[in-house]
Parts: sequence; C-alpha cells; structure tokens
Amino acid sequence: MMQFTCPHCGPRDQAEFIYERTVDAVVSLDAAPEEAMKSLFTRNNPRGVDEEIWRHTYGCRAWMVIARNRVTNEISATRAVGPEALP
Amino acid sequence: MINFSFDGKTYQAEKGDTLAAALLRNGIGLVGRSFKYHRPRGIMTAGVEEPNALVTIGDGGRTEPNTRATDVFVYEGLVAKSQNRWPNLSFDIGAVFGLAAPALSAGFYYKTFFGSAKRWMFYEYFIRKAAGLGNAPTKTDPDHFSQRAAFCDVLVVGAGPAGLSAALEAAEAGKRVILVEQDNILGASLIRDGQDLDGAWVDATQARIRAAGGRILTRTTASGYWEHDLVTLTQRIAEPGQTPPHGVAQRLWHVRAGQVILATGSIERPMAFAHNDRPGVMLSQAVRTYVRRFGVVPGKRVVIATNNDDAYKTAYALKAAGAEIVAVLDARPAPAGADSGLPVYNNAVPLSTKGARHCLKSVTARVYGLTQSWDADLIAVSGGFTPVVHLHMQAGGTLDWNDAAQAFVPASSRQNVTTIGGAANPEPVFNVVPVSKPKKSFIDFQNDVTLSDVDLAWAEGYRSVEHLKRYTTLGMATDQGKLSNMAALGRLAEKQGVAIPEAGLTTFRPPYTPVTMGLLAGAGAKDAGAHVRRLALYDVHAAKNPIWQPLGYWFRPRAYPVGSETLAQAAMREAKAVRSNVGMTDVSTLAKFEVTGPDAAAFLEIICATTVGKLAVGRGRYTFMLREDGFVFDDGTVWRLDENRYLLTSSTGGADRMATHISYVRQYLCPHLRVSAVNVQEHYAGIAVAGPQAKAALAALIGEEPPRHMSTVPAMIAGVPVIVLAASYSGERAFEIYVEASHAGLVWAACEAEVSAQGGALYGLEAMEFLRIEKGHLVVGGEVDGRMTPHDLALDKMLNKAGGYVGASGLSRPAFSEAGRLQLVGLEAIEGNIPEGAMLVTGEGASPQGHVSAAAFRIMDGGSVALGQLTDGFARHGEELIASSPTRGQMARVRVVAPHFYDTAGERYRD
Repeated sequence: MMQFTCPHCGPRDQAEFIYERTVDAVVSLDAAPEEAMKSLFTRNNPRGVDEEIWRHTYGCRAWMVIARNRVTNEISATRAVGPEALP
Repeated sequence: MINFSFDGKTYQAEKGDTLAAALLRNGIGLVGRSFKYHRPRGIMTAGVEEPNALVTIGDGGRTEPNTRATDVFVYEGLVAKSQNRWPNLSFDIGAVFGLAAPALSAGFYYKTFFGSAKRWMFYEYFIRKAAGLGNAPTKTDPDHFSQRAAFCDVLVVGAGPAGLSAALEAAEAGKRVILVEQDNILGASLIRDGQDLDGAWVDATQARIRAAGGRILTRTTASGYWEHDLVTLTQRIAEPGQTPPHGVAQRLWHVRAGQVILATGSIERPMAFAHNDRPGVMLSQAVRTYVRRFGVVPGKRVVIATNNDDAYKTAYALKAAGAEIVAVLDARPAPAGADSGLPVYNNAVPLSTKGARHCLKSVTARVYGLTQSWDADLIAVSGGFTPVVHLHMQAGGTLDWNDAAQAFVPASSRQNVTTIGGAANPEPVFNVVPVSKPKKSFIDFQNDVTLSDVDLAWAEGYRSVEHLKRYTTLGMATDQGKLSNMAALGRLAEKQGVAIPEAGLTTFRPPYTPVTMGLLAGAGAKDAGAHVRRLALYDVHAAKNPIWQPLGYWFRPRAYPVGSETLAQAAMREAKAVRSNVGMTDVSTLAKFEVTGPDAAAFLEIICATTVGKLAVGRGRYTFMLREDGFVFDDGTVWRLDENRYLLTSSTGGADRMATHISYVRQYLCPHLRVSAVNVQEHYAGIAVAGPQAKAALAALIGEEPPRHMSTVPAMIAGVPVIVLAASYSGERAFEIYVEASHAGLVWAACEAEVSAQGGALYGLEAMEFLRIEKGHLVVGGEVDGRMTPHDLALDKMLNKAGGYVGASGLSRPAFSEAGRLQLVGLEAIEGNIPEGAMLVTGEGASPQGHVSAAAFRIMDGGSVALGQLTDGFARHGEELIASSPTRGQMARVRVVAPHFYDTAGERYRD
C-alpha cells in the first residue's frame, strides 16, 4: 500500500484514496469525437512517470493530481484541483 | 514440567521448549510423512524453515494444520498430531508410493493430463487421497484477530546481535523504534552461540531500548514488505491451538516506517546425498540450538558434514554435552580443521545414509575418492548459509552474488531499506558439487523433489528457473523453498553450464511465513465483511415483517405479505391496490443531489443529457445521464425548487458512482462554475404515494390542492416541512414526498393512516417492478445495462440539441447510427409465460438476437409481458419470436410490440 500526501491532510495511506484516471484520459467537455475516443481508448501507459487523478474519498474528499512513477511508485509531485486551487 | 500430547500419547516438556525440542527430548525422531512418497521424516531444523516436521496443532475451531513443530512453543495441554499417514505414523500404507517414485517424478500431473481423461479420473482418486499435508479445520475459529496501524522512524527486523545494536543506536538517538523478533526471546544466534555477547548483554540492551522509548515485539514476524516502506507484522499472542488469554489470538500490524533495517540473518543449507531426508539428518546449527538452548542432545554418535568453519562449533557443543563425534567430514582440502582436535576427514563428502526403524544407522562418505562408513545415530549437516533476503526482495531490491559464500546478498533498493549482519555478510564456504545418487538425493524435502527431478525437467526442455519451479513444485508450500532454492539453482546452473547468478531466481512474494487467513480478515469477518445501510424507516418496516430485498448495501422491503401470502401473491395484491386505489412505498434510497448557485442550471446541463435551463420554478422533468463514451449511465428526475436551486434524483444502485461523477465534473472539469452540488441521499427520506386515489389522499395530507404532474411544492405534513414532487414511476397519478430523514417516521405514519383510510395498501419493490414493467419504464442495471445509447432506448428525442453535456462527443460515433444495434422493445406472450433473462430467437437452433431484461404479468388483465433488447427491434414490431431460457428449461412464443402495455396515452397520471 502506497502513501500519498494529500495537499489538505498530509501523508495518508492509499486505502483512503480512490483512483479516477490518468490526466491524459480526461475528456474535456468540448473535445472533438476523435479526440474523446483517443482519451478513452488509446491512452499513453508510459513506463515511468504518469499523472494520475486520485480522490481522498475517505478523508477530505478533495481531488488531486499525483505524479507517480509506475515502475518504482515514487511520487514526485502532488497538486490540488478544484475551485479552491484556481489561480 | 508441561504436559502435551503427540498422536494421542502424553509427554512432558520443559518450560521454553518448542514442540520439536520437546519431541526430541522424549526421543521421538519420526514426526511426519512426506508429501508425495510418504517417506518417514523427522526434525531437520530449529526454525521457521522446517520442511519436514509439519504437524496439526489443536482441535475444533482452533485446529492449525501444517504447523512447523519448530515454530510452536509447548504450553500445558498442547495437542499435536502427525499428518499424511494412515493408519499410523510408523506403519503408513501410503509409503508404497515411495516404491512407485519413478512414476511420480517431475511433471507427473502434467503428463497425466496429456493422457486419456479416463486415466486421470483413475489416478485422481488415489492422488487426492494420498498427496497433501494437513487437513483444513472444518469448525469456525472461536478466536479474535485484531489489526493495528503503527508508525516509526526505524523498524528493525531481527533481534540478533546486529538487530539489537541497530535498534539500540536508533532508540538512543531519539528515534521512534520498533524491533521485531519472530522467536519468543531475543538474541537469535546469541542464544546458541553466546560467547562474546551473552544473555546478560541481550537483557541489558533490551532494557536500554525500552528505556529509550523503543517498542519490542517478540513472536512477531515481519511477513510482508509493501510500497512506501509499509511492513506488515504478524504477532502471535497465543500459540497455535492455544486459548488466548484475552480472546485475541493474533494481531496484524501495518507499520509505516521511515527506515527499515533488516537484520534477518541467514538460513543454513542442507547437502544433497542419498537418503538425506531420513530422521537423524539435521542441520548443524539446529543441532547446536537443541544442545545449547534446550539442553537436548539429539544423538550419541554423531557425524558432522560441512563445507565451512561454523559446523565445528556444533561438534564442540555436542562433545561438551557428552556425545561422541565419530567423524567430521570436511569438504575442504587439508589443512581445514586440522587443529580442531576432532576426527577430521578432508576432501570428504557424504554419499548416503542407512537407517533402521526410522532411525539413522550409518553414514557413508567419499573421502579422497574412497568410500568409508561410520555407525552413527545423527548427522549434522552444514552446506553453507543462505541470507534471508525475502523482505529486501519484496521491497523491490536487487541482489549481488557473493562468490566466497556461494550466496546472493542484498544490493540496491528503491525503498528506504538496508540489510545488516549475517544477512549482508554470510560466512565463506567451499562449493560442493553433489556426487551421490540423484534419485534419492532430496533438495526440496517438503515437496519430495530430488536432484533427478531437476535433471528430468532440464532434459524435457525446462530452462527458466520459474518453469522449473512450476514443473517440479520445488519451492512451494509452507517453507517456500527456504532450504531448497539454492540447491536447485546450483543444479540448474550446472546443467546450463553457467554460474548460479546467470541461472536466475524465482520471485520472493509475501508472506515470509504462513499467515492465518483469519488474521487478514481481522474484524471484517462474517457479517462485518460488508456494511449494512439502514433505511431511516427501517424500524417502521421491520414491525410489519416484510420480505427484505438486499440492494447494494441497502435492505428494502420487497413485499408486505398478509397472512399466508407468498411473495408473488402479496406483490400482485399490492400492485392491484396501486392500479385501483392507492398504495405507498419507501423510496428513500434514491440518489438525491441538491444543486445550488448561479451556475446550477449550466452545471446540470453538463451532467444531464437533456435540457434543464428551460424549467420553470416549481417544475420538474425526466432526465438521463451519459458516460463519456455516449452510453446511458443513469436516469432520474430534475426539479427546479427555486431560482438557483435544483434537486436531482437518480437510481439507488448508481448512487455512489453518480456522487463520484458529479464531484469529478464539478471539481475537475468545471472548477470555474459558481455552483454547489451536495449529496443529500440520506439527508432526505422519501415516500411515494401512487394510485387513482393518491391525489385525494395527498390533498387530505397537505390541506391544499396537490401539484399537477411534474410539478413540485413545499408543504407541511404532520407539522413537518416536506417537498412534494408529482412524478410517476408506476404509471398512476403519483407523488414523492421528501422529508428530513430524522422526522420521516411522523410523515410516514400520517401517510399510512390516510392511505389505509382510503382502503389502500403498502407496496414493496416487487410490486413496483410489476408496475414499471407494465408501464415500460426503464431500470438502471436492467434495460440500462451500460451498452445502450439514448437512441437504443428511444430517448434520443429528449437529448439537448445544443450539446455540451458529458458524453456528447462520444455519442457522435458513427458506429452508434449503424444497423444491427440492440434496441428496446416490448414483448407480449402468445403462448406460455416469458422467462426473465431468456434469449430471443427466431427458431430452434438460430442464434440469439436479443434477450428479455424484465418480465411480469399485466396487473389488472393478466397475461405475460416483458421488456427486452432486440437487434434492430424498433423496426420489428409485430414479428413473432421465441423467448427461450435453456437454463430454466422454459420458453414462450412472443410478439414484438412497443414497450408500453398500460395507458399508452399517458392519461392516468394527469388530472
């Protein structure tokens, strides 16, 4: 079980989080059909760092983007998303 | 003295004895029968790596099969039984399998599978009866298993000299330290070899670690190393089969450590020679442990076989205890061992042993190329040392090859872990290539794998060590190859003509030693495995003794039978009450979201695929939601309660994923919108009142004209504020009343009084299902099965033409407008009753063209009707098909019709 650092709550067990998808699998609301299908069905799946969207479901319930190395599980960055994180 | 029993006979043990020590103390050498050949086996080691001495401990629900006799401490009343023997241990009929050994060699199972099925059926009966270890307990375990989380700066695994020193240093540097030791006392190698550092040092160190705030856990095994330095510990509070003092038998710890120090030591290796599996063949360090720690001398005339210096300590310990050392067979050339004062033979390797009555009789060895024998009742073997690198490897580490020690040692790791002590620096040894008969030279004692099995696997083309493992079963079962892996690798490398590191290694997986299943479940066993979500009106329903229906985590009333009514009878009576008078039901589990803010309508038009913005205040409409790939995801209703305040309902079963979806869209896709979307599923309880008399009932309840169809008003019932929505799922004039869950009882009671005054009835999920099927309303998880587009469900006319909703781009895929898609249809029986789940076919032998998703009977008129999905179904109304359910042995002739069987004009729910 990994440990993530929630931007709001600090370091917590992975069991408190739920995985949503990788950032490259996000379908924006104005995506063209081909683009939407690419996001849904032909994702990158890199051997190395990927950006993943997780939610601290059993904690503060906030969403975040976690940069995780998919080989070593090293977490290189975590950023909050949502209205509060807007510039 | 402590009393225990073995195979029904009572013996005495000394305090602190392991079962193995106590058996040896009582002169018991034969402890079990081997897995495949039923060969007599004794005690080989003094630790968790024991492959042979597996016993069943305890009885009833506390039975623990396959327990290593070396890994259980004797307590008063311990009951142990030997395994895999019949009728008894010393006379075992299964031993004839040993005579059939050539037929049971590597890959036996696979080869049998390739033979005729008949042959396998013949073998299977005998093999299943004969092969195997202990039997799993059949009674429920009466004990509790607890789980605990802990954090520390430094976790030290292993309390030998290296581990104790590391823990002391860290604790006195002010770090939070946890030290774990699988034994029940600290010291590890110092317990058998305490010369420079003795028991007093161990006690003093232990006291200093505790004084510095360190936590020491004995009888605790670090059994798994997971991600980000999480280590799971399994702590034995009671011994196997023992009644725990406070009800808790074991504890599972999840320890998140800042740093992990592994001081796990090494495991001594056996040597491969003929009949090296006999009782009386023991590992050298194990012999020393029995002599020094337990005061048990396992033999009087002892041969030592070694390729290193360590085994000489065993010889001295035995000599001091009064045993005779008849020979030290040292594989190394002279002058190794020359000044030991012992009868040392150099260039000497054991060839075979002889035995009688399951005891060792003599040892034969090759000394400088000549064969020589000694009478002996014990041979203590040391073939080198294998560092315990399991946790290091589970953590994703790499290994280096230490040629002097002929062993793999820990190298780098991506986690914060270091290995110290004997596990990092094993003793140098002399490499010995086995020279004896390979067919009787065992390398994996637990799985009865010999050198010749490795040779056979190689000859049959198995090159990878992972394949070798599966083919021969080497390295499986309770010891997981702790003794055997290196011997097998050595043989494989020899066959390949490469060095051992090039032969590869099998994967190290948790747990390090066997873990009781109950420990992993912890408190989450039995009913606690899945939680129950209780309706706010649970007690009200329970008082009526309904038939309950599990629905996700919810339990909902399925029907309220009166007298001796069956489910079907009760549900039909309830449905008739709705069609002819009035009925009421609990709809509290529906998903509900309150959406407020200036951008609420804009947000809902992203979530919903229908228009929302044009709704007037006080009005509502049916809506549905799409997944990003364009398939229908859920459906429900949306209501404009106020200028910038909406209520969205959706299905019970999809409530949690809809809550996540709404949060994802709001937080990730649309953080800029000025809107709040709150999940109010359990904030409100919901009561539906439906039927021709529903309007009259509601008027009496709220004291004013009820809202017209698809309108909403705030009102008061029984002095409680409620929201009344006029919406119909049943097809009748109907209302949904939402009330704060804590006051739901008052409103339910008022409604029930009014409904019964009208002569109506309560109805449950089964009646609701009858009503909605007849009306042709969809169910998420039924007709909406994740493969249907709005077009397939004939919902496309309601789509928001402006687009912009989730799934709009997915919906424009060309494949969705091609012919051949399943489409929603109604089905009417011409002959027979339509079986639910049936396939739709044109005739016998034809391939299915669709299926029945829900079937029921017309409520007032009778007759079997159903909803289904049929290829190009919209254009096939009037066609006759067969609905066939081979699994139920039922079929019906059906006619394809529009999916509406009742009030097709929709007049009944309007005033």
